[in-house]
Amino acid sequence: MSLEVFLTGLIAAGFRIATPILLAALGETFAERSGILNLGIEGMMIMSAFTSFSVTYDTGNPTLGLLAGLITGGVMAFIHAFMSITIKVDQIVSGLALTILGLALSTFLFISYFKRTQPAVEIWEPTAIPVLSQIPIIGPALFQQHVITYFAIILFIVSTWFLFGTTWGLTIRTVGENPAAADTVGIRVERVRYLCTIFGGLMAGIAGAYLTLVVFNSFFGGMTAGRGWIAIAVVIFGRWTPSWVFGGALFFGLVDSFQLRLQASGIPISPQFSLMIPYLFTLIALIIVGRKRYAPAALCIPYRRGER
Amino acid sequence: MNHDFWAVEKLTLTSQTPEGGFYAGRAKPGETVIEMRGITKRFPGVVANDDIDFDVKAGEIHALLGENGAGKTTLMNIMYGLLQPDEGEIYVRGRKVVMRSPKDAIALGIGMVHQHFMLVEPHTVTENVILGLKSPKGILLDLEGAKRRIEELSKKYGLKVDPDAKIWQLSVGERQRVEIIKALYRGAQILILDEPTAVLTPPEVKELMAIIRRMAEQGHAVVPFITHKLPEVMAISDRVTILRRGKVVARIRTKDARESELARHMVGREVLFTIEKNPAKPGRVVLEVRNLKALSDRGLPALKNVSFSIREGEILGVAGVAGNGQRELAEVIAGLRRAVAGRVLIDGRDVTNLPPREIIKQGLGHIPEDRMGMGLILDFSIAENAILETHSSPPFARGWFIDPQEVGKHAERLIKEFNIMAPSKDTLANHLSGGNLQRLILARELSREPKVLVANQPTRGLDVGATEFIRRKLLEQRDRGVAILLISEDLDEVMSMSDRIAVLYEGEIMGILPAEKAKVEEVGMMMAGARRQTEFEA
Repeated sequence: MSLEVFLTGLIAAGFRIATPILLAALGETFAERSGILNLGIEGMMIMSAFTSFSVTYDTGNPTLGLLAGLITGGVMAFIHAFMSITIKVDQIVSGLALTILGLALSTFLFISYFKRTQPAVEIWEPTAIPVLSQIPIIGPALFQQHVITYFAIILFIVSTWFLFGTTWGLTIRTVGENPAAADTVGIRVERVRYLCTIFGGLMAGIAGAYLTLVVFNSFFGGMTAGRGWIAIAVVIFGRWTPSWVFGGALFFGLVDSFQLRLQASGIPISPQFSLMIPYLFTLIALIIVGRKRYAPAALCIPYRRGER
Repeated sequence: MNHDFWAVEKLTLTSQTPEGGFYAGRAKPGETVIEMRGITKRFPGVVANDDIDFDVKAGEIHALLGENGAGKTTLMNIMYGLLQPDEGEIYVRGRKVVMRSPKDAIALGIGMVHQHFMLVEPHTVTENVILGLKSPKGILLDLEGAKRRIEELSKKYGLKVDPDAKIWQLSVGERQRVEIIKALYRGAQILILDEPTAVLTPPEVKELMAIIRRMAEQGHAVVPFITHKLPEVMAISDRVTILRRGKVVARIRTKDARESELARHMVGREVLFTIEKNPAKPGRVVLEVRNLKALSDRGLPALKNVSFSIREGEILGVAGVAGNGQRELAEVIAGLRRAVAGRVLIDGRDVTNLPPREIIKQGLGHIPEDRMGMGLILDFSIAENAILETHSSPPFARGWFIDPQEVGKHAERLIKEFNIMAPSKDTLANHLSGGNLQRLILARELSREPKVLVANQPTRGLDVGATEFIRRKLLEQRDRGVAILLISEDLDEVMSMSDRIAVLYEGEIMGILPAEKAKVEEVGMMMAGARRQTEFEA
């Protein structure tokens, strides 16, 4: 195997693996920037994975499946927003509850709906970008990806611009840092938080749909395998900035891609150990980078007018 | 005023909006810009505002005076649309208005500078100023254009501030200027200033006074809310309205008033401005600090070679402009910050860098600067707060268990002895006013009968009554033989309370003076780092 083929494969798979994590992490970045911690990402991803799979299986239309995943993520995020913003329940409890619910409910529904069969949908093929995909190494690695991967990359660029270059971005950052300051100039804190949280859920929804429609072309219980948690870790690693989040997600993707190649290479190494590597690296990266505090000051704190 | 997508819905006026916008044209000097008639606001159990009339004219400085709990904050929140009155009407330039939120107030040209600044620390000055406003570039931020406007305002009103600086880098005085610019940037004609001098150092107060005058000259109506520092009110305002228990008790033209008269109206009795002090009877040295060095939060040298000692029954006052090492000094002594060099001795015993609990056992009491953050746990009750440092020793603890009866008795004793105004010992600290929070801290610290008391800004932001009480208690302790380190940015307080005065400047002691010989001018110059006295040990 030539180095060129190895590198192309490594990078291409790296992006493929990074896509759902990048999407979920970018969505979570917005939610956390507005002050809402959403630990329900994992549950939202897997519920969306399930609904998008079922809809695609029934209709044969992956676009409808994607839409179903999007709506599922949005609805679950709305529940989280309602719990943590309107009722002011502890955000950690609400998020964990949604994750536990999502993991269990998706498996339950899958088994009751499909009995014990293991159905599959057709894989949603990648789209090569003309001209660019002809460049050696980079072309096949970057420009023969799935539409959702392109969307994730564009989203990372747009998010950077949105958060730091627009009035809305400034508003979101302020709401997450000092909601009282936002309130006194007439910003509706709760509305901003709702929208950011729901946006986070929508992105987790796409991430879940991507897993079934593009990666596994099937559904099985617990298939998200902690990707939602990795997304949350990537947000912390990424210091709540889209560009660092992009770097973090890609780092995880590349390490995972490398680990897969390592397993396939025939080098005698326990597959369990190999599978652990990307998670281990994420943990180490988090310890190194995550030491200083960059978190939004009002993260996890419900806003009540006039409270000290 | 234009707001962006996130903002609340539009203002409703009860009469027709005139052509060219509501605030077309400036108010003529002397024109009444805001008038509140018969404002009444009730909260469960209290009438916070009882039939209050209040008005301000363009170009006028109309101070609102009153103790904590007199109803000032409620009135101000009504004026700024944060609260809606139960009864009464508000007229802005002769037109009746209903304000549902601060956004409505802003649209009517009302601006407010909060006592606890509403700024986002990691953001720049410019970002803070334009927050929530529509940008001329659509949804894109126009930071350059905003910067230019901030610089214009800054020049026009003498509000010196760097638009690119991050808020956390700024001093308290600078932050206040940012808040004022924020209001002016939104076209405020009426400026409400909540306790504007409470957190400022004497030079900053002077500068603020000049800024307020300039704003009045430019035709703005300025309404400062004040609980203490009466001399400044006298110096600057045209009129004063005094509130007590939710009612207007006096309306005075400042020209005709005396300071003692204002204080009497405010408190409802005569107030002594001079502190009765017995001559000091210093005993042996209790607290000794030798060549102390420490770093600030940002890792820069905050204390450079600080040495002093305090005897039994003596108050050493530390004067200085904020941020010259006062906080670090108090924290190092209390064991809350590491000393990188030097020694702290209590009664001859080395307590340097010991855990706070050990230092407390050696007889230290500490009244921290930040009473809500460091001094108390706001979500705990009075009784729980009262035993924070002693909960693990008898009589409050029996083995591993806390004896609620003893704790309750202790709290009730303190509430009575220190006049803490609270419904019961189980009231959460959160529900206490600033003065009562400070009484609670003082009560807790003194109940342990400390040998050394470190008091950092013990009366900052408190009303006349509470200030008087705290100062009397401190002097009482001194006469009982406690060695007191009094750190204060209020120079008058340091001058009148201390037996000796140390001046801190950039982490160094510029000199220690006996209080009876110290002159304000001399101390002021030392605070600016101008002159170093030869060490004087009384």
